[in-house]
Formats: sequence, structure tokens, C-alpha cells
Amino acid sequence: MYKTSCSRLTGVWKCLPCDGLVGVSVQQKLIANAARSLTSARSLIQLCRKNQAEWITFQHLCFLKRQYVKSSSGLCQRARPKQEHVVSVLDVRDDSVVSQVQQIPALKPEPGTVVPPSDPTEPEAARAACLEARQWKELKVEYSDLPGIYARLSKLKLTALVVTTAAAGFAMAPVPFDPVTFLMASVGTCLSSCTANSINQYFEVPFDSNMNRTKNRPLVRGQISPLHAVSFALACGIPGVTLLTLGANPLTGFLGALNIFLYTCCYTPLKRLSITNTWVGAVVGAIPPVMGWTAATGSLDPGALLLGGFLFSWQFPHFNALSWNLREDYSRGGYRMMSVTHPDLCKRVALRHSVGLIGLSALGPVLDVTTWTFPLVSLPINLYISYLAFRFYHCGDRQNARKLFFCSLWHLPMLLLLALTCKKSRMPQDEASVAL
Amino acid sequence: MNVKAGSTLIFGSLRPCYTHARLSLTSSCRGHGRSASQAPKQAERAERTGFSPAATSKHDWIGPPDRLSNLRPIIYHIPENETPQERRLRRLRQETEDWNHEFWTNQNFTFSKEKEEYVRSQLSAKGLSERDEDGRKRTLSIEEMAVFYKHFLDKNIGRHASYNREWYRRNFTITLLMAKVALDNTWRTLTGQTRGTGREQGKTT
Repeated sequence: MYKTSCSRLTGVWKCLPCDGLVGVSVQQKLIANAARSLTSARSLIQLCRKNQAEWITFQHLCFLKRQYVKSSSGLCQRARPKQEHVVSVLDVRDDSVVSQVQQIPALKPEPGTVVPPSDPTEPEAARAACLEARQWKELKVEYSDLPGIYARLSKLKLTALVVTTAAAGFAMAPVPFDPVTFLMASVGTCLSSCTANSINQYFEVPFDSNMNRTKNRPLVRGQISPLHAVSFALACGIPGVTLLTLGANPLTGFLGALNIFLYTCCYTPLKRLSITNTWVGAVVGAIPPVMGWTAATGSLDPGALLLGGFLFSWQFPHFNALSWNLREDYSRGGYRMMSVTHPDLCKRVALRHSVGLIGLSALGPVLDVTTWTFPLVSLPINLYISYLAFRFYHCGDRQNARKLFFCSLWHLPMLLLLALTCKKSRMPQDEASVAL
Repeated sequence: MNVKAGSTLIFGSLRPCYTHARLSLTSSCRGHGRSASQAPKQAERAERTGFSPAATSKHDWIGPPDRLSNLRPIIYHIPENETPQERRLRRLRQETEDWNHEFWTNQNFTFSKEKEEYVRSQLSAKGLSERDEDGRKRTLSIEEMAVFYKHFLDKNIGRHASYNREWYRRNFTITLLMAKVALDNTWRTLTGQTRGTGREQGKTT
């Protein structure tokens, strides 16, 4: 973690000595902002005055990482639920600092206009070269790093969430619980998800490099080669789909393969071509619970489609709220998202689908998936997310978007849990007749 | 120096802005340690990035993200007996990297420039100066900026689409070629063959 933050930081800061004007304006900006906190201002000024060679030490990098980089990552990318006190210094609303720093390196191709720094150029160039030399890495695969690399390549946390939804689909199916099939389906889904995520990252290397949220991915950092990533994807995908086909049934295997195809060959390219990518992405998210259900029952029942419907509708408040605060990065990276190109539609769709969740919950007892208590107990959380979506629709600002996004993170697990607890048990008469 | 002059010439024609930005980083002793058989392009890259790996290194080296394009440059290792296929792969990767770098440098630069212009025009339309009383730069609200972001995306959709197609094509080709090279090497190792004499006479990369 330290290594990445420091290298990223030095990547930003190393441009300073080459260009006095840049350094001065950035320093001014930082000093202006940090003036709210005496200690940070003092330390920053000290740092800025020091000689370049003494400047970039590990301690300073860590200090700067704590003071600045962390807050800048809190500014632009994933919004954190807990904001540390340090972050409040460089306020979330004060985008100007980060956007300024990010802009300035990109504005630099006219060296003629640069004010030469007070230090002579040559030792500075040598110092800068030394710094760069320190950061070059040999492209040698360290076997001890591989598990971590694979975890990041396959977006392990997202995969875990996908497997959870598939498991929920399996558990909701109105058939006796078969642990072996359950295990096969879960492992198969996990492997398929790893494949899809790896191929997605393989396709998106230059785009990921340019977005703050994704610039520390393994392929961007060159930790493994593209061939290695594709081989890993194949090594996960082929056993994954096979496991789903043989361990569960061919329908589940087909759905798994379809999902991989939709994600890698439809959603990923579409992200840069049209806003319909969000709908395709919602279908991709909806398929895992359907897969779980079909693994258990072997057929595509209305109940499976209902669970898929929950995931489909949930995607919109989740993703639209997330993308609302990433508009600059999406625009610069060339991603066509509703939040950038059709902001009103973005808010409308989020609201529409949040309210739609209430309707879908009501379908639970109708389709014999859950008892009638389910729409009642899920009403509070569904109303709450709809309320937040309404606030987002009404005044589409960062705060409301963030609140909606965080609500969606706990809303989905809660909804699935409630559905499980309200699952309609199989009628005792069936068992009696079978026993006879 | 021959190498330096040659590289500046080649480089100057390819990418004027970038060369200027990078030449300041050249330290005098870099790149001269390499043997004469090394391609001038390799030395040129070493100069451009101000870094050259140790002569004993057998691997590629990847650098920090470039400050203009945010892409990480790679210095490719040229093995002793490089086969023609390996050379084709290395050239293709290098060329793709340069092409990518050019696109993203242009993209980021254009984005920043147009954003600045937009902010300036909006502020002047409101009758505000660029800097406020504290000397800080004024910024527009996120809603006002959203108009610019949408406009930028819509304006560049054709360019982005063609870049996409080209990038996917190159990515596939490189990966296939890498697979072929890897299989060839494995086959050679398994059958106990040694590599050929490598480069043809007088041919340089």
C-alpha cells in the first residue's frame, strides 16, 4: 500500500523541480489551503523550502501521503464513509486543489514560457533523473506477490459480492438444499466472475491509467504482462464454466458463459460508445442470482427472474450515484455515462428504479417466492432508499449522491437477507404425499 | 555524439513537444554504457526517460506514470539472440506504447486547455475575475462544469471510437504474438534446441 501511494505521490510531485512555475503555483495553492491548520502549514512550508535531494525522503512521502494524497483520493474517487480529521483540512468541496494539481502537469508542453527556477538547471535535472531511476521497476514476476496480484486482477471483493448474490439465489429456490451443488455453483460463479473481471482489466489498461480510481491496477502497474492476465482469465474461465455445467446443470453453465460474454464483449466496449452500457451492466449484475436459482432447480422460473429483477433495479441507484461524483474522470477518459451526457436521465432512472424495488418486493408473495411479510418488512429500507433517490433527483449534488451510493451498499444485502428469512417454505402436504 | 544527434533527429520529427519536456531530464552519462549493437531507438528511449537499466538485467523495465499521458513507459530488454518474431513483438509493443502516449497526451492536454478556456469564459460572462480576493483561482460549480464535460464527450465521440477500435486491434495482436513467442520458446526448451545466431547481419532495430 505504501509503495503505491508513495510512487503515485512522487509521480505527481516529481514534476515540480522541472518546472518552477508549476511548483510555485502548486505550493501556493497547498499553502493557502493548509493555512487552516498551523502544523500542516508549517511542515509544508518547511518541505517546500528544502532542497530537492533532501525533500523526498520516505518520511516526507508518508507525511505528504497522509496530508494530501489520502485526501485527494478521498476527493476524487471512492467516497469513504468515515472522513478523517486530516481530510477535512483539504475539504471535499474544494476540488480546486486536486483539479489544479492534476491539470497543471497536463498543461506543460510549452517550456518556453516556464520561469526558470532559482537553482541551476543541471543539478536539478540530475536529481530528477535520480528520482526517476529510483522508481523504475524490473518487470519480473515475484511469485510471492502473485496471490495479491490475482486478487486485484479479479476484483476479489466484487467477486465475493457476486458469489453472495448467486448463493442467495440458490438459497431462495424452493427445493431441498443440496450442499454439493451449492458449493459447485458458488465456486463456478466465483471463477467466472474472476475471468470476466480479468478480461475487463486487460481491455482497459490505458483508460485505467488515466482514471484516479483505477490507476493502481496490476496491469496498469505492469506487475504482470497482458498475456499472463489472459492466461489467468482462461485458467479461471474454463474450469469455472465447466464446473457450472457439470456440477450444476448446462443451463447454469450457459448463463455463466453468457455473463462473461456480456461483461467483457458488450459492457466493456459499450462504456466508451453509448450510455446503454449501464443497462447491459445491470443485466450482468442480475444474472448471478438467476444462475444460483437455476443451479438449484434446473429451470428458469419466475422466481429466478424476480431475484434477477431485484439486482437489475438495484444497479441503477447504486451505479448512477457512484458515477455522479466521477464525472470529470469519465469525461477525460472518454467514458460515456449517463451522469455526464444525460444528467437528468441519470437522476430520473435512479429514482424510478428505487421506487421499482418496492413494487418488486410486492411481487414476492405473488410469485410464491416469499411470504406476505416480505413486502412489509422490506418496506422501511425500500422507502429509505427511494427517499434518498428522491433527494438525489431533486437536488443532484455530491452529498446526496454519496448518501444514495452508501445506502445502496447496505440495502442490497439487507434485502436479500430479509427475502431469505421470509422465504416461502415448501408446503407440508407435498412432503406427506411424497412420503406416501 | 552520433547517437544523441540521431535520436534527437528521429525524435524531433515524431514528437516535438514531448522531446522538449524530456530533454531537460537527460543526464550526460546515461545511455553511453550500452554496446554499439544496441538499437539507436533503445538509446533514444533511455535518453527520453532519463533512465537506463543495468546492462546485466534480463527483463523489461517499467517506469513511473508519465506526467502528460499517465501511461507508464517500458524499456524493453533485447535478448542476445532475439528471433525475428520477438523483434516484431518488441517493435509492435514499442510502437503501440508511443501511439498510446501520443493519444493520451493530446487528450489530457486538450481537456485541460478546453476546461481552462471554459472556466475563463464562464467567469468573464459572469463578470468575475479569474482570481478572487485571496488570490485563489475561482472555480465553477459542479453543475456548470457538467455542461463542459458533456460537451467534451460529445465533441470527441468519433475520435474516441476510432481510438477504441485501434487499441483493441493492437492489444489483440500483441497478445497473440506474445503467445506465439512464449509457445515457441517453450517448444524450443522442450526439444532442447538452442536459439539461432539471432540477428541478421547488419540489421538493426
